[in-house]
Amino acid sequence: MTLGRRFRIYLLEARFQIVEALREPMFAIPTLTFPLIFYLFFSVIMGTRGVSLTVPTYALATYGVFGVLGPAIFGFGAGLANERDTGVLLLKQTTPMPAGAYLFAKVMAALIFGAVVVAALFLMAAHMAGVALHRWQWFALAGVLLAGVIPFCALGLAIGVWAKGRSAVAVVNLVFLPMAMLSGLWLPIFMFPDVMQDIALALPAYHHAQLALKVIAMDAGQPVQVHFAVLMAETLVFLALATLGFRRADSFSMRRSR
Amino acid sequence: MQAGPQQDHTLASLSRVTHRYGPVVALDGLDLEVRRGEVLGVLGPNGAGKTTAISLLLGSLGVQEGAASVFGCAPGAPEVRVRRGAMLQISGISANLTVREHIELFRAYYPAPLPAARLLAMAGLEDLAQRRYGKLSGGQKQRVMFALALAGDPELLFLDEPTTGLDVDARHRLWSEIRGLRESGRTTVLTTHNLDEADALADRVVVIHNGRRIAEGTPAEIKSRTAGRLVRCVTRIRPDEVAGLPGVVEARTRGRHLETLTTQPEDLVRELLARDEALADLTVVAAGLEDAFLALTRDTK
Repeated sequence: MTLGRRFRIYLLEARFQIVEALREPMFAIPTLTFPLIFYLFFSVIMGTRGVSLTVPTYALATYGVFGVLGPAIFGFGAGLANERDTGVLLLKQTTPMPAGAYLFAKVMAALIFGAVVVAALFLMAAHMAGVALHRWQWFALAGVLLAGVIPFCALGLAIGVWAKGRSAVAVVNLVFLPMAMLSGLWLPIFMFPDVMQDIALALPAYHHAQLALKVIAMDAGQPVQVHFAVLMAETLVFLALATLGFRRADSFSMRRSR
Repeated sequence: MQAGPQQDHTLASLSRVTHRYGPVVALDGLDLEVRRGEVLGVLGPNGAGKTTAISLLLGSLGVQEGAASVFGCAPGAPEVRVRRGAMLQISGISANLTVREHIELFRAYYPAPLPAARLLAMAGLEDLAQRRYGKLSGGQKQRVMFALALAGDPELLFLDEPTTGLDVDARHRLWSEIRGLRESGRTTVLTTHNLDEADALADRVVVIHNGRRIAEGTPAEIKSRTAGRLVRCVTRIRPDEVAGLPGVVEARTRGRHLETLTTQPEDLVRELLARDEALADLTVVAAGLEDAFLALTRDTK
């Protein structure tokens, strides 16, 4: 396959993945609006308006993580499970479509949706809550937040491979909502009892949020290397689980559709 | 078709392929040969192993035992993928993309795709191009799948039960589209459990039962071999008494009825009436496909 054609397939696959997601209200509305509504309510309206910028600034980082986590884990987790269930994936595998194009499209969709949410949060933070950051902090925060697509897509991929079709949405929610809460994405982690803070240490969203908070000097104080190491290790575990699941699933899905 | 060595004619083949899903044997030493330019009907009841055979030829299943080859290569090889298309038994593609968008995406996968307008015309979808897939009827959805299978201008097409679940109109419409493929010089492998469908479309039919090839020939040949009749009646005659009569394939009791599958119904009825004056509720019907397959299995024993 020529490089030009390969490039074109990657782009088209990504374009239609995004178009498809935008046209799916059950996906687009929660992923694009929930983080913004939560931020508006908990930080802009209920925050200490004008007196201190601590709450809206802190929440900008954690709701940013929440905003990136949603599309990545749902797009991959529920999307892949659904496409395996309906047989779309099987059909595409009979064509010359490179497998990489399929994964690329899903990652790009998560990245674009995440970027839209982060941009909207930044606008709200700067103009409605009066959050003031150095220019480098805005850029660094955006970069750190969007890099979260990598571990969260890997987590979604593992769920999408192991969960069966329609149950995948439930499984994703069972991972997504408790993880968001326990990682301190909704309420600051330091308000939790010690036991819950210990649980958070195992969660990728916690470490990602801590990296985002470090940009604005509001993190819990653990070294950057620890967060990095945990995120990398967990990403590799998710990818390994996904690979294992794919091999296992092949023999099973065929048995069903004989 | 020019005469020549057999290899020139054979586009795809399975040879002595055995495939198991755990303890279940889906294919049992199956031989299958697809010749250039033909419509090959792969016929068999549900669970006969048709989809497994197609999956092996598509490379979506790995060969466990035996050999599979398409265009002289491994079935999943990249050079094979660009020359073939497939219509599978899947429950659907993205409901949120339009017909045109789906076609555009699949065209991009191939180096020399057919023009989108031509694909829409071939599948009779001109008026539906802007419609989202999710809003189409069952027959229209199948036509989209048909267009996607043709997107790369394939030499070889696999159609796995293409008309399952369609009403008569939609089925006949797809049939005429499949006939068009043959005229354009393409080779088609069509699986079906419908004898009429194979009869309407195929140049050659391979009948699979329990993972084995039990018959092969033109549709007319296959039909003549399955031209059994099922004779039902209420009688005191027991199955073992008629089993030995000429033409009888099988005799069994079902409820109050004696059911006899035979190729010579006139002789059987005459005999039955002669032996039992109290015989009642007599019917003679064409054997169903299951019985036809039974007749074929008997023949090959």
